[in-house]
Amino acid sequence: MASDLTAAPTASPDKGGAAPRDHAEQARRDRDERRRKWRSRFYRWDVKGSPYAFVSPFFLFFAAFGLFPLIYTAWNSFYRVELTNLDAREFVGWHNYTRLLQDEFFWNALKNTFTIGLISTVPQLLMALGLAHLLNYKLRGSTFFRVAMLVPYATSVAAATLVFTLMFGTDYGMINWALEHIGFSHHIDWRAGTWSSQIAVSSIVIWRWTGYNTLIYLAAMQAVPPDLYESAALDGASRWQQFRHVTVPMLRPTILFTVVVSTIGATQLFGEPYLFGGTGGEKGGSAHQFQTLGLYLYEQGWTNYHLGRASAIAWAMFLLLLLIAAVNGLLARWLRKSQ
Amino acid sequence: MAVIPSTRRVRVRSKAGKQLHAGPFAYGVLILFTAISLFPLIWTAIAASRTSGRLSQTPPPFWFGGNLFKNLGTAWTDANLSTALLNSAVVAGSITIGTVLFSTIAGFAFAKLRFRFKTFLLMLVIATMMVPPQLSVVPLFLWIAKLDWTNHLQAVVLPTFVSAFGVFFMRQYLEQALPTELIEAARVDGASSMRIVWHVVFPVARPAMAVLGMLTFVFAWNDFFWPIIALTQENPTVQVALTSLAHGYVPDEAVVMAGALLGTLPLLLVFIVFGKQIVGGIMQGAVKG
Repeated sequence: MASDLTAAPTASPDKGGAAPRDHAEQARRDRDERRRKWRSRFYRWDVKGSPYAFVSPFFLFFAAFGLFPLIYTAWNSFYRVELTNLDAREFVGWHNYTRLLQDEFFWNALKNTFTIGLISTVPQLLMALGLAHLLNYKLRGSTFFRVAMLVPYATSVAAATLVFTLMFGTDYGMINWALEHIGFSHHIDWRAGTWSSQIAVSSIVIWRWTGYNTLIYLAAMQAVPPDLYESAALDGASRWQQFRHVTVPMLRPTILFTVVVSTIGATQLFGEPYLFGGTGGEKGGSAHQFQTLGLYLYEQGWTNYHLGRASAIAWAMFLLLLLIAAVNGLLARWLRKSQ
Repeated sequence: MAVIPSTRRVRVRSKAGKQLHAGPFAYGVLILFTAISLFPLIWTAIAASRTSGRLSQTPPPFWFGGNLFKNLGTAWTDANLSTALLNSAVVAGSITIGTVLFSTIAGFAFAKLRFRFKTFLLMLVIATMMVPPQLSVVPLFLWIAKLDWTNHLQAVVLPTFVSAFGVFFMRQYLEQALPTELIEAARVDGASSMRIVWHVVFPVARPAMAVLGMLTFVFAWNDFFWPIIALTQENPTVQVALTSLAHGYVPDEAVVMAGALLGTLPLLLVFIVFGKQIVGGIMQGAVKG
C-alpha cells in the first residue's frame, strides 16, 4: 500500500509534462490519485476504527447506566440522602454501614435471602436435571413437552405471583383444600409462618425457572458424545450408573453455570416476595418473615425515604455477590482437581 | 476407548449407542410436569371467569364460569390496562430493537474483527453480566428525578437498551456461523465495514437475531423491579398496573386474575407462534454459553 502511494506521484510528472495537450489527462490522473489516496486512507481508518465504533454503543450505555451508577451508589452510601429532599445531602462517613450492621432487619433479610435461595435453587436444579434426562430419551411429542415446560418462563413475576397467592390462600386456597383431602386437618396460613411463607415464595420461583434450566441441561446432554455411553454400557453400567458417572460429570460446567446464574437470581429476589406480601409487600410479611435483601433495599429507599442507606445495602449486596463469585471459583477449581 | 477392537465397537454401537426410548415412567413424569407448568395459567383463566365470591368458597372452581368479560372489562378500566399494554409494547419493542441491533454489531466485532484490547473488552462484557440492576438503582432514580423523567418511558427503556448477554450470544453465534473468508472477500471488493455489516453480517445473523429478539422481548415485557420504581400508576407498564390492581384496598380477586390474564396473554401468543424457536434459542445459547 505504502509503496503504491509514493511511486505514483513520481511517475506522473515525467509522463504528464511531456505534452501540453495532456493537461486534461494530467488533471484526471491527479483526481484519480487523490481519490485513491483518500480511499486507502478511508480504508485504513475504516478497518482500524470500525471495530471500536461497533462495540462503543454497548460500552457507552453500560458506562452511563451500569458502571457510573454503581460507583455513584458507593458515593451515595456515605451520605444522608432523603427522598423527600434530594438536594440536601449530608456527609455521614461509614454511618450508613455501621447502622446497617446493627440493624436486625438487615441480618434477617440476609438470612431470608439465603434460605429462600437455597430452597428454591436446589430442588429446581435437581428437578431440571432429572427432567432433562427424561427429555433426552427418544420421545414422542418432545417439542410439545419442551415448549409447555418453558411456558412459565414467559409468565411475568406479577402474573405468576398473583395466581400463586390466590392458590396459597388460607381459608379457600386450592393448596390447603388439596392438603385437606390428603389428610391435613389444619389449614396452613401460608403468608404468616416463616417456613410456610418462604416455601410459598420459593415455589413461585421454582415454577417459573425449572423449565428454563431443564432446556439448558438438555442442550448440554445432547452434546455428550454417545461413545461415552457405549463404553459405559460395555463396562456393564446400569442406566442410573450411566447417568451418575457419565452424564453428570460431563455436565459439570453447565451445572456450575446454572448454579451461578440461579444464585445471582436468588440474591436479587424481589418481585415474588413483594407481591406475595400483598399491600405493604416491601416489608415481606407482618414480621418480615420473608423480607429479602431486594425488598429491604426498596423499603429503606422508597418507603422510608433513606436513599443513602439503600445505597449501603446495594453495596453490601455487591460484596455478597463478589463473595459468591469467589467461593464459586474455588469450588470450580476444587471440582476440577477432584476429577 | 482405543483399546476396544473396531469390529466389536461397530457391533456394540447398534445396541448401546442408540438413543433410549422413553418408557411409561418417563411419559408419566413428563406429563405430570407439563400439567404443573400449564395448570396455574389455565386456572388463571378459570378464576378470571368467576366472581370473587365464588373464589372464596371451597372447593375451588375447576371449570369456567360466565363472568370473564365483565372481569376483563373491570380490570381494563381499573388498572389503566389500555395505557399499560401500549406502554409495555413500546418499552419492550424499543429495548428489543436496541439490544438486537447493538448486540449484533458488537458481537460481530468481537467475533471477526481485530482490534486492540479485544480480549479485555470481551471479559468486561462478560463481567457486566454478573452485576445486578439493583446495585445502580439509587443513582438512576436520582437522575430521572432530576431530569423529570419519572413517569416517562425513556426512563425504563434507556437503562436496559443494551445487553451484555446479547453481545455474548451474538458473538458466539457469529464466531461459527459467519465465514471469515466472506468478510475478506467483501473487503477485497472494496466494501466498507458498514456495507459488510448490512450486506453480509445481518443476513447471516438473522436467525440468531430473531431468537435474541424474542428472548429480549420476553425479558423486557416481564421486567419488574426498575419499572415499579421509575413509573407510577398514571403511566404504567403492565407489570406496574398489575401490582396496583393487587394492592388495592379491597382487591377483587376475580378481577385481579383477569388482569393477570391480560398481562400474560400477549406473551403467550408470542409463545404459541414462536415457542419452538425460543426453545431452540435457549438451548443454543446454553451449549455455547
